[in-house]
Amino acid sequence: MNNWPHFRLEKRLTVPPWLEFLTLAVSLLLALVAIAVLFRVLGVNPIVAYQRIFRGAFGSLYGLTETIVKAIPLMMCGIGLSLAFRARVYNIGAEGQLLVGAICATGLALSRPGWPSWALRPAMFLVGFIGGALWALIPALLKVRFRVDETLSSLMMVYIASELVNYLVYGPWKGAKEMGFPYTDKFSPSAQLPRLLNTRIHYPTLILALVLAVLAYVLIQRTKWGFEIRVTGENPEAARYAGMNYFKTVLLVMLLSGGMAGLAGVGEVAGIHYRLRYPQGISPGYGFTAIIVTWLARLNPLLVIISALLLGGLLVGGDAIQVALGLPVATIYIFNGVILLFVLGSDLFTHYKIRLEWRRER
Amino acid sequence: MIVEFILLVLKAAIPAGTPLLFGTLGEVTAERSGVLNLGVEGMMIVGAVTAFGVTYTTGNIWLGLAAAALAGSLLALVHAFASITLRVNQVVSGLALTMLGLGVSGLVGKRFIGMPPRTRLAPLALPGLSDLPVIGPLFFRYDPMVYLAIILALVLWFMMYKTRWGITLRSVGESPATADALGVPVFQVRYLAVLFGGLMAGLGGAYLSVVYTTAWIEGMTAGAGWIVIALTIFAMWDPVRAMLGAYLFGGVRVLQYRLQPLGISPNLLNMLPFIFTILVLMLSTGEVIRRRVGAPAALMQPYTREER
Repeated sequence: MNNWPHFRLEKRLTVPPWLEFLTLAVSLLLALVAIAVLFRVLGVNPIVAYQRIFRGAFGSLYGLTETIVKAIPLMMCGIGLSLAFRARVYNIGAEGQLLVGAICATGLALSRPGWPSWALRPAMFLVGFIGGALWALIPALLKVRFRVDETLSSLMMVYIASELVNYLVYGPWKGAKEMGFPYTDKFSPSAQLPRLLNTRIHYPTLILALVLAVLAYVLIQRTKWGFEIRVTGENPEAARYAGMNYFKTVLLVMLLSGGMAGLAGVGEVAGIHYRLRYPQGISPGYGFTAIIVTWLARLNPLLVIISALLLGGLLVGGDAIQVALGLPVATIYIFNGVILLFVLGSDLFTHYKIRLEWRRER
Repeated sequence: MIVEFILLVLKAAIPAGTPLLFGTLGEVTAERSGVLNLGVEGMMIVGAVTAFGVTYTTGNIWLGLAAAALAGSLLALVHAFASITLRVNQVVSGLALTMLGLGVSGLVGKRFIGMPPRTRLAPLALPGLSDLPVIGPLFFRYDPMVYLAIILALVLWFMMYKTRWGITLRSVGESPATADALGVPVFQVRYLAVLFGGLMAGLGGAYLSVVYTTAWIEGMTAGAGWIVIALTIFAMWDPVRAMLGAYLFGGVRVLQYRLQPLGISPNLLNMLPFIFTILVLMLSTGEVIRRRVGAPAALMQPYTREER
């Protein structure tokens, strides 16, 4: 037989930070090139599209503030997911937990419109957190009690949550003053979050997200629970051997990630829309995009802040190309998918040395 | 009256479950080789838009179906390369595939929204059987794709359990290192299994857009790809049990429409398949553990010769 080129992989014992950064940057760049090629094939001029996206997201003050607006729910969901993914608990149902958080906050806002804002707003965040956490508790319990794979069950719960929102806004909660639109009535002013100047940045949610990012980082790096989460993810056998309670860890990360997604939902209804709307009106898939945010941030809650801004910008840019080039909403999912694939693929180049060898086949 | 209702639901359940059956047979094969592909939803929707587009442009439904199969496997190739060659996390890679598929189908499909179908697939009356009283017209006059799915399920079952080919496939999913030592080309088998999975998912999506619904609607798979993943577990990786599961879910889908006139909110009825999926997962996971017919042992484990 002839000589065959053959790739040999050697695991690196330590990964220098510069290398991690470099592979990430290169993979993002390659992802953009791949998307450009795909756009070309599908009949969209990639250069024009990229220009519009960049200008839309970062080219104006309005674009920049909108980037932050969209980054808020991404951060909130991403921080929670970084905890879950660390433990290798694949909660991919953040989108549903977000919606249930929004439902719970709406329920409180509509039923207690007279409460003063200092009580109502924190209470909305509280019920939103609880709602999201409980929605995540279902797949968590199914996992620990019946060993049902959480990936599927958490995702099924997204569809159920989405129909629940539809049911509410078309049915019992449909607003009396909304002219037949699938919206609830507008919240009373005491249930509306303040915004920064004349932007849509609802800063209480943003501040909460930043604080939670720090807390999550401390939790994962400096506490016993965090240690257990990390060991469970990296080596479940060792975790069991060391007497760590796997079920407790699963429940903990599911509740926290679900609760934080719930907070994101509260921010959207109380800070942006001031009402519950049909599901796509509340979230254009923030819970799913947050998966990429988390992966891009290498499951580090602090880096989630940066990657959330990046993908928030992409969402704003996505809106811009929709308007300018008449592309459908789903176009942005192409970005999500390709970027995620390339970031994933880059892991190999971070953790392994790759040698090209010429080997004689037997 | 009630018998009539049941018969009508049963009759409609089979075409409603057919896209799920195509998808599940593909996923069963891929997972048997040790590769979990959560991108079924993405592959199905790309199959759906490709089939509709090609059928609309050429006027030939068979060309549309073939193109959908090709498109599905093309997308599967991405997952195969990522998970088999680059050995990335299969859960996340599959998710990425779904996002990519939803995006591409939305972009490509925009021009086909609201377009009427140019041709339809004529029902195929099975000679002899279709003339039987009552059940003949009910169960033996489906479109050819329904029969194709059934034949594929039976053939796949036979190949998987009764042929050398099947032993090869299963050995790669159970113990790739042993298979490799015995001279089985592990990587090739896995690639082929994943590509076949994409082909079948593409056909499943195609069935939705050119046979079942005969229209392109953005996001029309509406979670069918995820139900396929659940059905794969329910089927315990067995093609014949996949038939049972797919038609069961087809029945749920039919009930969803049949119950609407009773005044139940359509939104609540839309939850049915997903609630049912969770229930089925709960029951079948327990069953899988109790009967010890677990998932292929090497499922989700990338194979490498270096780290044996």
